[in-house]
Amino acid sequence: MKKLFGIALAAALGLGLTSAQAEDKLKIGFIYVGPIGDYGWSYQHNQGRLAIEAAFGDKVETTYIESVSEGPDAERAIERLARDGAKMIFTTSFGFMNPTLKVAKKFPDVMFEHATGYKRADNVSTYSARFYEGRYVIGQIAAKVSKTGTAGYIGSFPIPEVVRGINSFMLGAQSVDPDFKIKVVWANSWYDPGKEADAAKALLDQGADVISQHTDSPAPLQVAEERGAVGFGQASDMIKFAPNAQLTAIVDDWSVYYVNRVQAVLDGTWKSEDVWGGFSEDMVLMAPFTNLPEDVANEAAAMTDKIRSGEFHPFTGPIYKQNGDLAVEDGIILDDGTLLGMNWYVKGIEDQLPQ
Amino acid sequence: MGAFESILLTVITAATPLLLAAIGELVVERSGVLNLGVEGMMIVGAVMGFAGAQATGSPYLGAVFALLSGMGMALLFGFLTLHLVANQVATGLALTLLGLGLSGMIGEAFVGQPGIRLTGIDIPVLSDLPLVGRLLFGQDVLVYLSLILVAGVSYVLFRTRAGLIIRAVGDNHASAHALGVSVIKVRYLAVLFGGACAGLAGGYLSLVYTPQWVEGMTAGRGWIALALVVFATWRPVRVLAGAYLFGAVGILQFHAQAHGVGIPSQFLSALPYIATIAVLVIISRNRILTRVNTPACLGRPFVPDR
Repeated sequence: MKKLFGIALAAALGLGLTSAQAEDKLKIGFIYVGPIGDYGWSYQHNQGRLAIEAAFGDKVETTYIESVSEGPDAERAIERLARDGAKMIFTTSFGFMNPTLKVAKKFPDVMFEHATGYKRADNVSTYSARFYEGRYVIGQIAAKVSKTGTAGYIGSFPIPEVVRGINSFMLGAQSVDPDFKIKVVWANSWYDPGKEADAAKALLDQGADVISQHTDSPAPLQVAEERGAVGFGQASDMIKFAPNAQLTAIVDDWSVYYVNRVQAVLDGTWKSEDVWGGFSEDMVLMAPFTNLPEDVANEAAAMTDKIRSGEFHPFTGPIYKQNGDLAVEDGIILDDGTLLGMNWYVKGIEDQLPQ
Repeated sequence: MGAFESILLTVITAATPLLLAAIGELVVERSGVLNLGVEGMMIVGAVMGFAGAQATGSPYLGAVFALLSGMGMALLFGFLTLHLVANQVATGLALTLLGLGLSGMIGEAFVGQPGIRLTGIDIPVLSDLPLVGRLLFGQDVLVYLSLILVAGVSYVLFRTRAGLIIRAVGDNHASAHALGVSVIKVRYLAVLFGGACAGLAGGYLSLVYTPQWVEGMTAGRGWIALALVVFATWRPVRVLAGAYLFGAVGILQFHAQAHGVGIPSQFLSALPYIATIAVLVIISRNRILTRVNTPACLGRPFVPDR
């Protein structure tokens, strides 16, 4: 169903794209996996697009195609943008990796930017964000404010990105309270407000009093607000949905990166790179620390600064796996390769990782 | 609030939108029309319910907006399939696509805004009774409405002349026509009723379940409602059972996960579908009765002059 919708949308938007304008402008295309109205992943990428428009005004022209499913559709949509004269194309979901490379081969003079992937080419860069840095900070906060000593965590799918987040959250919490408990439920969906709300209710009913989520809608926070519990925003600052319950939010901010890359194209200095940025690159931001005792808020801000400056890395050993094996030796920082492929839980998490 | 009570409350919230949408579609299909556009009518109901509540400040008026917008979508469907005799399956699918796109466009301004919650009623004394107070006397009006609708549809369909006419039109439109029944008019009314119910179901999502608007927030619930009608063999009480069963298993699987039972979460996520289908198939296993209940003219267009 979603696919059909994607095709229809792609076709409809494609028609709009053919009305080419002045040739001297740099044309930039975006492909989104969801609707820009999801108030989550695609919404934040679109905010990045708007930042490009605000920064460069008449010098650029941006277009986007939303709700493109990760499959053959994607290749068609990307190629459409390229044929339409886009000189720079952002493909903003992991599943667009192979289609991006295929189209990139056909259009060697177009510059591609693929989010969260690992395959590059001369005209394909990759970029992603270290959201786990924020997860460590909120893990510490959770352990400090929880009265039951238990946090609920709503996962989307058991992929490395999400597992890494759970581990980082737990390491943060354990640094405060070594016996801290975490209950993990999987929604098996990135985005279903009703299901996310149900998951949050189940977690609260089972004794969690802090909710963290790796799904995209503000629904879990709304449940926390209603039940007098607390939680953290995801992707966007969701304080409006939970003025008394949101403690902070991990905000994806692509705008700085996007503006820099467009500047590089305009300057003629663009080259294929791999960027995995976090706090220090302003790709991951913490929303204001609210509804917290002053000392907890200050400590959270201090920890954010420590991670930003590189003084501290969330995955610094010793780290033990769930089964007790030593995964990272004392004082050693886990390498990016292992982080990117993380498929094991740290010690203290009782959930069994679905394989 | 005890855990058991809390779980029951959650189940009611999860089941109500499915029940509302399914009971409407049941009437539509009983009249011989297959409207696959439930998801589309629902999502338009969701965005208009949200918009109506924002504009008027009243979630109840929001629910009215949701209802009317669902009817508007249904009217379009009725015009195309009953008046112009377009293919019902194709038109229904198109209605869903239209609804998803249209709602995204209407809702663009509402993304990131908290909604207004339609809260439960509060009857002094009764709502505060231990155990059953919140459960029986503290729900929102749409929950009571959905249950009244099941009873009402059940009564009208099987105990009144109007119900007889609806079923006659659905089972054999040529005979009904020969008896002087206006087939098109009956079907129009049924389709509009279905649209109203689907719109309300969508409104329930954006006003009660999760008071917010995000694109595609129905997340396939319209399709589940459609499936419920078929698996319940077009019987209102079975639709009720199916919707609550689906809701209950959906909630319990999260509890099972949080409890750490060690069953793969992918399987648990699929469990509501499996359990609902299994149970409804078992209670509908009498094939003769099933055939009797299936509207014989389902999806077949009616043109009086041909």
